[in-house]
Amino acid sequence: MSDVMIEARGLTKRYGLQRALDNANFEVRKGQIVGFLGPNGAGKSTTMKILTCFIAPSEGTATINGYDIWQDPIGVRASIGYLPESTPLYPEMLVAEYLEFMGQMRGLRGAQLTKRIKTVVEETSLGEVFGKEIRALSKGFKQRVGLAQALIHEPPILILDEPMSGLDPNQMTDIRDLIREIGRSRTVMLSTHNLHEIHLTCTRVFVIGKGKLVADTTPAALADSKPIAGFHLGLAAGATLTSVQETVGRISGVRQIRATDGTNPLDVIVDVDAGRDVRSEVSAAAAKAGLVIVELQALRPDLYAIFRELTEGEPATIGPRSGGGMGGSALAPADDEDDEEEDEDEDEDE
Amino acid sequence: MATQAQTRLTYENMLHIAGRQFRSYFNGPVAYIVICIVLIALGFFFWTPFFLMNHASVHEMFRMMGMILAFAVPAMTMGLLAEERRSGTIELLITMPVRESEVIFGKFLAGLGLVAVLLACTIPYPISVSMLGNLDWGPVLTGYIGLLLEAAAMVAIGLMCSAFTENQLIAFFVALAPCVMLGWLFAAFLPFVPVGWPTTLVTFLSFDSHYDSMARGVIDSRDVIYFLSVAGLALMVAFRALESRRWS
Repeated sequence: MSDVMIEARGLTKRYGLQRALDNANFEVRKGQIVGFLGPNGAGKSTTMKILTCFIAPSEGTATINGYDIWQDPIGVRASIGYLPESTPLYPEMLVAEYLEFMGQMRGLRGAQLTKRIKTVVEETSLGEVFGKEIRALSKGFKQRVGLAQALIHEPPILILDEPMSGLDPNQMTDIRDLIREIGRSRTVMLSTHNLHEIHLTCTRVFVIGKGKLVADTTPAALADSKPIAGFHLGLAAGATLTSVQETVGRISGVRQIRATDGTNPLDVIVDVDAGRDVRSEVSAAAAKAGLVIVELQALRPDLYAIFRELTEGEPATIGPRSGGGMGGSALAPADDEDDEEEDEDEDEDE
Repeated sequence: MATQAQTRLTYENMLHIAGRQFRSYFNGPVAYIVICIVLIALGFFFWTPFFLMNHASVHEMFRMMGMILAFAVPAMTMGLLAEERRSGTIELLITMPVRESEVIFGKFLAGLGLVAVLLACTIPYPISVSMLGNLDWGPVLTGYIGLLLEAAAMVAIGLMCSAFTENQLIAFFVALAPCVMLGWLFAAFLPFVPVGWPTTLVTFLSFDSHYDSMARGVIDSRDVIYFLSVAGLALMVAFRALESRRWS
């Protein structure tokens, strides 16, 4: 048996005139953790609903674990553990009852069912809420109940629609470790709009925008695809924007110097020609002119900017945008891994 | 593994879905409220004229229950699929290795089970009457069978309406119309219908006419087939409605 677990050929879904998914072709193998990355409404959930046979594509087909979505939907569903977006659960049930029911629906019985419930409860750390009503649980616990039911039958394929939403950083770390562990021997497809998450969890990333698959790459390759674009420069008291522009502006490769917000007496962003790392020249020139640099950090268009470029066709720009309506910078410090900002629009993905 | 599951699960899936739904009825208020209201209404309407009749029979109770069910059943079935659609749990349920037909039958059984509980709560009526006079138990038994058959048709209609919407209130009112019409409005309007084929048609469609003979102790296969056909038709439409989400 080949190790291609998910194969999509020409998947298209139309809602009226709108194409929610446009001719998607991809293959996912055993041992891969694929991150589906895209803005809300890009077609991530639509793809997942088609793969789990909840909805049918308008055109094209897909094969899951060797089962065709048209020919053998029951085989497809039996092969998948699925966590839908927003984690729908039965609020009036106890966690224990719910997992038992879902296990039974998956064909588990008796001692085997008890054993699997015990295992998934440990894996998702649900022990303390096992006897509680689902309606009384916090978002993080509900999310983990959703994950537990997806894992209960040890499916060869896991499809998780935004598995990290609602979790706190500690829980995220736990779930991430769990997903990575599962991904070693099985196949995981998860969607997110948190780019940082892709970086930490996935081995492969599909970028999807307006229903089209625009990139199929690795998270590292995605991040490295753009060179240094500028610096963030923090200066001690006494420096003025004009004095910085005079000294630093003379260095070749520097295109523009503009003020920005920051914690230092003066913060500026130095735009450079792509890839020109002129940090040593900048500090030398500043020292000569008597300007004291307290912070100097390289900036490159981060995943957000690349994401925007790929999904909206807007070139990756740097720094706070002129006009300043949006606070979010398209640039992040290149080596800063703590960029947890996440787009919180909870629009329906349809 | 998966193919094995396919051959084995069909029947069990249905019972698991029914069992979960049935338990969830009693974890929420709807079942208790409906059963209480029905019993209060029945008690009032049955006992008030009972002693005037000077006749130990529960035929009146069966006649009233037929009418009351037209209101009670839509309230019991309104959430069956509408609630799953609203909360999104339908997505997880359907993506289990189950067929849509198993979901529909499971929900239908749960609804019918709740009606059975309600009917069981009325058993003290014939028992009390039998203590007051000489009660013929034959028609009581056939009466309950008739009520269950009528309820099956109504539950199927309610489930069908619940399959079309995410809103329980809409499911309730849309199911109320056919249940009340078939349940007793047709019978009530019979005197005003022109004699001839309109009378025959209205009599044939009315639940009441099919049910009444059973309440008198006669089980006619035509009546049984009638109720089962209505139920089957409504379940088929419910199945199609559930399946249609795939293409929308």
